Amino acid sequence: MKVTLKVWRQKSASDKGKIETYKLDNVSEHMSFLEMMDVLNEQLIGEGKVPVAFDHDCREGICGMCSMHINGEPHGPDRGVTTCQLHMRMFNDGDTIYIEPFRAKGFPVIKDLVVDRTAFDRIQHAGGFVSVPTSGNTQDANAIPIPKPDADKAFDAAACIGCGACVAACKNASAMLFVSAKVSQFSLLPQGKVEAKRRVLHMVEQMDKEGFGNCSNTGACEVECPKGISLENIARMNREYLKASLSSSE
Amino acid sequence: MSNSGLLKSSVARKVAMALSAFFLMIFLLQHFAINITSVFSAGTFNELSHFMGTSAVVQYVFQPILIFGVIFHFVMGFILEIKNRQSREVRYVKYKGGASASWMSRNMILSGLVILAFLGLHFYDFWIPEIKIKFIEGDWTGALTEGGEPIRYFHHLRHKFEDPIRVAIYCVSFVLLALHLLHGFNSAFQSVGANNKYTKALQKFGVAYAILIPLGFVFIALFHHLNH
Repeated sequence: MKVTLKVWRQKSASDKGKIETYKLDNVSEHMSFLEMMDVLNEQLIGEGKVPVAFDHDCREGICGMCSMHINGEPHGPDRGVTTCQLHMRMFNDGDTIYIEPFRAKGFPVIKDLVVDRTAFDRIQHAGGFVSVPTSGNTQDANAIPIPKPDADKAFDAAACIGCGACVAACKNASAMLFVSAKVSQFSLLPQGKVEAKRRVLHMVEQMDKEGFGNCSNTGACEVECPKGISLENIARMNREYLKASLSSSE
Repeated sequence: MSNSGLLKSSVARKVAMALSAFFLMIFLLQHFAINITSVFSAGTFNELSHFMGTSAVVQYVFQPILIFGVIFHFVMGFILEIKNRQSREVRYVKYKGGASASWMSRNMILSGLVILAFLGLHFYDFWIPEIKIKFIEGDWTGALTEGGEPIRYFHHLRHKFEDPIRVAIYCVSFVLLALHLLHGFNSAFQSVGANNKYTKALQKFGVAYAILIPLGFVFIALFHHLNH
């Protein structure tokens, strides 16, 4: 396959950045998208140019590190996959492919396609945890009866890998799918219910501080999410937030 | 919590937006219920219009609430739009919004602006003349005649819908209202946290409401235009 790549190049956070065009002639349709990016970088290094910086780690769709916005969609045109699971067979010979970093005020560009997603870490730190007493008398979690539907929903929410595709896809750069998944995975389980009010209030507050937009319920986040996190979680977070706002003493 | 106060958080603003939307959707239903009588009976329409126009409860309680609801919905819509635009300072070079979300959901501000412009015309056509008669001229009698000729309510309605351009503007505006409601109806329920076993049925009802009510208003405008 021959492809033309239009890649966002930005030297640093303070650089303005621009799209640059590269041509690749020997791309296999069996390559993953990141392997194709590796080939591009080998070509650039061979030409004495600076390779394209991009995030990647496990390359198995688990870690959520790869964060490219490909041809107008986070993680590219395939559904339910991260960029590392996207294959070149999704494209045609002669295609022009736009590759940009995730765009959001809360995800500032560090270099080229690498963005700073520590805003998600700070949201997690604000309340996305269960305070476990370590006195030695902690009850075995397996000994606590949990209804199967609740356990399933909590597990589905916990499947969120925090890649940020929801933010990248949303026209408002809203992080509500991510935050709601983290709120839900705890609030559905007995261990998380104790701190549910404090958690949702603090996480939403931190989300707003980070500069993410409001949810317009377009559903783009759910469609583009590589883990299929449901919009149902956003409704649950809204309910929990309302309840907590009306009843919490904080 | 510095963020948990009324309308200070993103979630609270969306809930407020949804509550004002519920209020306006109920009002729209009531407005349609009265307007549709003009198709069947000029007398009934006149009686209902007269009651709505002269009842102290409607004029001094419900009308201010309605005006507040309309203004709140639009102002909050603009605030949310501005905040949302600020959340992505650098735009994508290539962005396929249509690949994952409907046109209606991505363009609520556009359909909202058309509806706002339409409301300006609608107020100029019907609300301002009524306000002038009642509050400036001080005529609360609801007199339906002037020099022996009927002028209020039904005849005023018929007169306004003689102009084909005005009717066309009304029809286009109601199409935009339908598009606004096609997303807005269910979005409002999602914003207040209603997502449960009834959601699918509610979504179907929402689609029916979003299409049938504006279509009904279009029918009323066309009916009076063709029968004037």
